[in-house]
Amino acid sequence: MTRERIASFRNPWFTASVAITAAIAIVAAIVGFVWLPLAHPGEQFKGVWDAICSAAGLVRNAASGTQIVRPDFLTTSVEIDPQMLQGASAESIGRGATLALRCTMCHGARGLSQADTPNLAGQYPVTIYKELVDFKTGARASAVMAPLVTDLSDADMRDLAAYYAYLPRVLAPHSAASETPHIIAGGAPLRGIAPCGACHGEVDSKASAAWLEGQPVIYLRTQLEAFATGARHNDIGEQMRNIARRMTGEEIDAASRYYADRP
Amino acid sequence: MWNSRRLVLAHLWFAFAGFGAALPLGEWQMFVRSPLHAWISDPEWYYRSVTAHGTTMAYVFPTLVAMGFGYFVTEQALRRPMVGLRWAWLGFALVVIGTIAAIVPVALGLASVLYTFYPPLIGHPSYYIGVVLVVVGSWVWVALMSINMYRWKRDNPGAPVPFPMFATVAGSYLWAWTAVGAALELLFQIIPVALGWRSTIDAGLARVFFSWTLHAIVYFWLMPTYIAYYTIVPRAIGGRLFSDTMGRIAFILFLIVAMPIGIHHAFEDPQVGSGFKYLHSVFTALVTLPTSLTVFTICASVEIAGRLRGGKGVLGWLKALPWRNPVMLGVALSFVMLGFGGAGGLINMSYQLNATVHNTQWITGHFHLIFGGAIVIMYFVIAYDIWPHLTGRALDSFGLMRAQLWTWFLGMIVLTFPWHWVGILGMPRRMAFFDYTDPAIAAQAASVTMSVVGGAILVLSGVLFFVVLVRGQTAPRTEPATYRFSVAVRPPRALPAALNGFGLWLGLMVALTIVNYGFPIAHSLSTPGTAVPAVKVGERW
Repeated sequence: MTRERIASFRNPWFTASVAITAAIAIVAAIVGFVWLPLAHPGEQFKGVWDAICSAAGLVRNAASGTQIVRPDFLTTSVEIDPQMLQGASAESIGRGATLALRCTMCHGARGLSQADTPNLAGQYPVTIYKELVDFKTGARASAVMAPLVTDLSDADMRDLAAYYAYLPRVLAPHSAASETPHIIAGGAPLRGIAPCGACHGEVDSKASAAWLEGQPVIYLRTQLEAFATGARHNDIGEQMRNIARRMTGEEIDAASRYYADRP
Repeated sequence: MWNSRRLVLAHLWFAFAGFGAALPLGEWQMFVRSPLHAWISDPEWYYRSVTAHGTTMAYVFPTLVAMGFGYFVTEQALRRPMVGLRWAWLGFALVVIGTIAAIVPVALGLASVLYTFYPPLIGHPSYYIGVVLVVVGSWVWVALMSINMYRWKRDNPGAPVPFPMFATVAGSYLWAWTAVGAALELLFQIIPVALGWRSTIDAGLARVFFSWTLHAIVYFWLMPTYIAYYTIVPRAIGGRLFSDTMGRIAFILFLIVAMPIGIHHAFEDPQVGSGFKYLHSVFTALVTLPTSLTVFTICASVEIAGRLRGGKGVLGWLKALPWRNPVMLGVALSFVMLGFGGAGGLINMSYQLNATVHNTQWITGHFHLIFGGAIVIMYFVIAYDIWPHLTGRALDSFGLMRAQLWTWFLGMIVLTFPWHWVGILGMPRRMAFFDYTDPAIAAQAASVTMSVVGGAILVLSGVLFFVVLVRGQTAPRTEPATYRFSVAVRPPRALPAALNGFGLWLGLMVALTIVNYGFPIAHSLSTPGTAVPAVKVGERW
């Protein structure tokens, strides 16, 4: 048998297979990139090229005259990654301790509140830092906190976060842990509510989700209600607003009490 | 001449051991999220189990079966000692080490990311490195298949490559190229993050890379099954292969059109343009061609056997078939599952219908029916067929084999049909917990319970499979007759070069991949701001 050249237009296998494959690809491309986009109702293309670019997945600028709706409130500017603010230096913690003197009136001398404000001792540094930044930018509104953070620099806020994260969590003399409410352990899948414990401890902990155990019950309930009404909106992905607005009053109460009663 | 006996046996035993370990995990998952069991309160255990089940069943088990069966085919079809036996053992060692490296962090709960990885979830680096080692080990096999075929061709110029070898090499090339997508994702995206060198990842691009692997990997799993259809079934039931050429064309078509179609897994993904989704949909539809060719050829081959056995009339040949032969039974049950699974696949590949079943339990039902059903049942048949030639001992528990194949078939139907059904009702997949007390899904409780029963039947069938193999391993020694593959009605004397090699087809495969994947990948790479922070799994904050 003679050695047959495959890559040659004289070889019918080569010609036929390449031609058929190319024909299928070209016809499919014409249908997928030109015909279907143009036939799609509601699309406003400036021409064939515009349709092709759209079908190729190019990010297009909105057509002129389109109203771009922006939120009428500020949202957080903090980008969190899991490694953020890990391993603070002793100097940073020390500077944070000095700065924290101004916080003691409400948050206690060692970060433990007597006034239904959050306990900060042992809170995750990312949480402290993010909330401080949000108070400063106005993403989270608070008449009390706003004036206190205006003169804090970014480094100050990192130092404060390092200091409070460094303080030991003192186990509060609360009642023994009751049975875990369903909303904490299982959530409500059919209402799109993930278990609280999936981010805030118990089951798993996620970056940027705060340490809630032992926080004052009034504070927890107020914040859930503020998320539910949208008064608090510094969760950039609306993860807490979406959850809180679907929770019933009883669930908000049960979740707040559960975390407040945890040691 | 028979040098690779221990090698093949090692591959198959390790493959089946993994299968045996992962099978009960699947049933446990089905059970704990069914109404028969209270909520386990910690989804991490569920996802840990899903990751172990998926990694073992999708990467380790079929890869080792394909490798072991490939080595078997090389010596038995080429009728000469295999080249590179030491390299083959090295490849096997890599797969074993990789499996252990991957499974240990999964068992410790450090890599519960599911076998499809799902970035930005990031688990322990050892998990991903283990998976890479499994793939590298299998690439040694790919190289050996190729080298053995080309050495044989060099020594037998102009002679047609025996069909079993041709098909095996096609499968190995398909795997080599399709594994590239996941390899790129792992090496350039996931592992650098897992090792802490980077903290963000472009999850959209990672999904596109994974889709490159994700669909054709199914055809790689399918290859041993299809090779068995063509090269074992007609011989085992006393017939002949209807057409050698048709078989070659089917495998060539798989090589070309199975590869550039994975984006149909990403129909709901915003980072891929609709035009490419359509293109992939069209090529997915074309995969029905080699499957239809195969169904036709095998049915024709089986009819030849029926008529050779004295069957007459339009349907009389069906009655004359050796139904008590496990190979006959296995292929029939496999075809039934392939039919249902294939019909489901046509629904998945069409953009609009997919929208109703996307990410529902329908999909889980679909791939269990196709892979766990139609494909794996033929892995059992392959094992039953070649085991005496590997062990030198008789394997004659035919009644048990039939019981095993029947229970596997029934179990798979009882498992997957309700699964499809609840998917249509909208039950999402990858969920650890369902609250059946809620009226919205209370009606699905009965279907889910039925699936648990199906899973239990499958576990029973798995036990039977091991009983058959262990009985074979302890049977008295015999000298099995020379192994034979099916002979075609008209064995090829000379073939056009195109049907005796792969150059042209590999060229088309790569070209189509570039056409169908080039732009979406380049676009993702060149678009700024697409990376998101990685979410480390298994770390406590």
